[in-house]
Amino acid sequence: MKLNDEQQMLQDSVARLMADKGPVSHLRQLRDEQSDKGYDEPLWQAMVEAGLTGILVPEEHGGIGFGLVGAGLVAREIGRNLSVTPFLSTAVLGAAALSAGGSDEQKAKWLPAIAEGGAIVALAVDDGAKHRPERLRARVDGGTLSGEKRLVLDGHVADLLLVAAGEGDQAALYLVDPKADGVTIERTVMADSRNAARIRFDGVPAEAMANGGAALAAALRAGRAVLAAELSGLALEAFERTLGYLKERKQFGRLIGTFQALQHRAAQLSGEVAMSEALAMQALDACDRGADDADQQVLAAKAKAARVALLAGQEAVQMHGGIGMTDEFDIGFFLKRARAGGETLGDANYCADRFAALRGY
Amino acid sequence: MSDLEQFRAETRAWLDANCPEEMRQPLKSQADHCWGGRKWQFQSEAQKVWMERMADKGWTAPQWPKEYGGGGLNQEQAEILAEEMKRINARTPVSNFGFWMLGPALLKFGSEELKREHLPPICRGEIRWCQGYSEPNAGSDLASLQTRAEDKGDHFVVNGQKIWTSYADKADWIFCLVRTDPQATKHNGISFVLFDMESDGVSTRPIELISGESPFCETFFDDVKVDKHQVVGELNRGWDVAKYLLTHERNNIGGEPPGFLKGRALGPLAAEYVGTEHGKLADAGLRADIADLEIDHMAFQALVGKIRAEAEAGQGVGAQSAVLKYYGTELNKRRYELMMDALGSEGLEWDSERTQGGLFAREWLRSKGNSIEGGTSEVMLGIVSKRLLGLPDA
Repeated sequence: MKLNDEQQMLQDSVARLMADKGPVSHLRQLRDEQSDKGYDEPLWQAMVEAGLTGILVPEEHGGIGFGLVGAGLVAREIGRNLSVTPFLSTAVLGAAALSAGGSDEQKAKWLPAIAEGGAIVALAVDDGAKHRPERLRARVDGGTLSGEKRLVLDGHVADLLLVAAGEGDQAALYLVDPKADGVTIERTVMADSRNAARIRFDGVPAEAMANGGAALAAALRAGRAVLAAELSGLALEAFERTLGYLKERKQFGRLIGTFQALQHRAAQLSGEVAMSEALAMQALDACDRGADDADQQVLAAKAKAARVALLAGQEAVQMHGGIGMTDEFDIGFFLKRARAGGETLGDANYCADRFAALRGY
Repeated sequence: MSDLEQFRAETRAWLDANCPEEMRQPLKSQADHCWGGRKWQFQSEAQKVWMERMADKGWTAPQWPKEYGGGGLNQEQAEILAEEMKRINARTPVSNFGFWMLGPALLKFGSEELKREHLPPICRGEIRWCQGYSEPNAGSDLASLQTRAEDKGDHFVVNGQKIWTSYADKADWIFCLVRTDPQATKHNGISFVLFDMESDGVSTRPIELISGESPFCETFFDDVKVDKHQVVGELNRGWDVAKYLLTHERNNIGGEPPGFLKGRALGPLAAEYVGTEHGKLADAGLRADIADLEIDHMAFQALVGKIRAEAEAGQGVGAQSAVLKYYGTELNKRRYELMMDALGSEGLEWDSERTQGGLFAREWLRSKGNSIEGGTSEVMLGIVSKRLLGLPDA
């Protein structure tokens, strides 16, 4: 696929915004300050002003309804800068879930709040260390929720939790107030310095959605597709920084970029990154168009992007040599984020397994 | 109805009326492919009729201009024709190096006289071409080629040896790189010439490959007379034509795999041989490998689509063709390895009727050449690192 003019303009303006207001140095600063919120608040405000928080919110609810390709373009720049925002949790997962499965009342209450930056929403799916939404252990019984969730991005600052749980033999999302009695939230700082939470629910009131099953499916699909774009952007940046290093670092009296062993690895990595990006954009577009194979494409894109981002992070550290191992140098942040982003909403093996199942083998 | 819808409706009706039933079956092997040419023996009346009807329509070369025997279709119409052919599984009516390689070179570099002389017989499937590029001492380093053409006034005299000439023993004419100025530097002084393989002094010897087949030949030229008007592009500027064609060739890689796996998915094939448990392939490792390959293939196709869209917008494919060549061929090799994993001992049979004479093993082995011919994977990575990434020379 090729971007239309409107999408190209969005990409250009978001690229400027993220490089200007959400660079890698902010991630380091947030980490070093041990920020309570755990995200870049001035950047998030700038994104609210630019309308990006409402990118998936329909116009009638105060958003710009730009579709998943638009959200992917934002995520790509977030990946390039390792920006720390609740964009994925709130503007993508929250907006996608509520739009797809919320009641009219739920939509009217939460979607404008998301678009205006007045609410942070967090999605809680994983019951264990691995993402297995087909086998949820959290249960809803008689309107109350019990269970434990992990890797809830922005969970400790959320105004609303969307919790995946089983009721009878159905899996669905439920709205839960994080301040309700019986909710215990433990903030966990991850290796990539972003926050996630472990949350316990002991008989907490859970509000059903109009179609909580559809909401869960829509959130997972949108989240994986957008993460594929974010991971591709991350991989691209890690690659480009490494390529720059190959052109300036000298050893044995010559630029290390003259060595064929490194040239070929760089060439392979550049192709992998280009394929990851192309598939991510194609999958986002397939979702927006409602293509029959959109689910297959999203799973493929997430699997590919997770592998390529990790490869790019590993190659980046290796080709930077000793300096790549230092905390002072930024390249290690890309490797860490590749690991965390790859794990989120299903790692490469999980996505490939689901992909194979959809392909019938 | 828009013009394109109208075109689609007419194309569909014409194909339905004119494509013989036998030509709507998938190729059983590459042996079913129609190559055309003076020596071609049609496998069936249907194959002959199909080629002739398509040639009359200009659709053996849908996008070439009508005055040279092509169909004069634009890109969108050509895509519709391809889709409509695929819809009924219609086979390619005829194809050889004339269509893939020489035609595009003539259209870009050839004189009006050469276009009128050579393009129509290609379109009609009358002349089959082969490509004389590599030499025993000029493989990856193609520009060091030594076959020479001496100027004898009104003609050249060609002497030398080519190798890896695909189907030289079956082809009618050759397009050939020869050195016309031995004093010039390596890339200068090469010309792109055309001559008849039945000329005095041309001989060929097939080379048996690890697949047991001999699609490639050694080709010898001993005082071969070549008419001087048969030079494509400028004299001594043949490297420009060769480079254009190599790019074009690499750009064409990335479609469906050739041979048995064309149009066949690995999942169902593997299920047939290794079986299933609880709806999944009974071999978990193979299942994961097939999924990874299909995901990589999907990513590759997405990149191909993106590069082609950019090329149409005028940014050109250029060195990107090296990326496509590298990944396209490496993926194809992986695909054939997985096919062999899936087939087990059946894939090993070398001469049974059941396997059409060891089709699986032979195609698996043949696929190993993909990352060697047309520029090795290592040459491609070198092009990517220097021309796309701007990494410095040693």
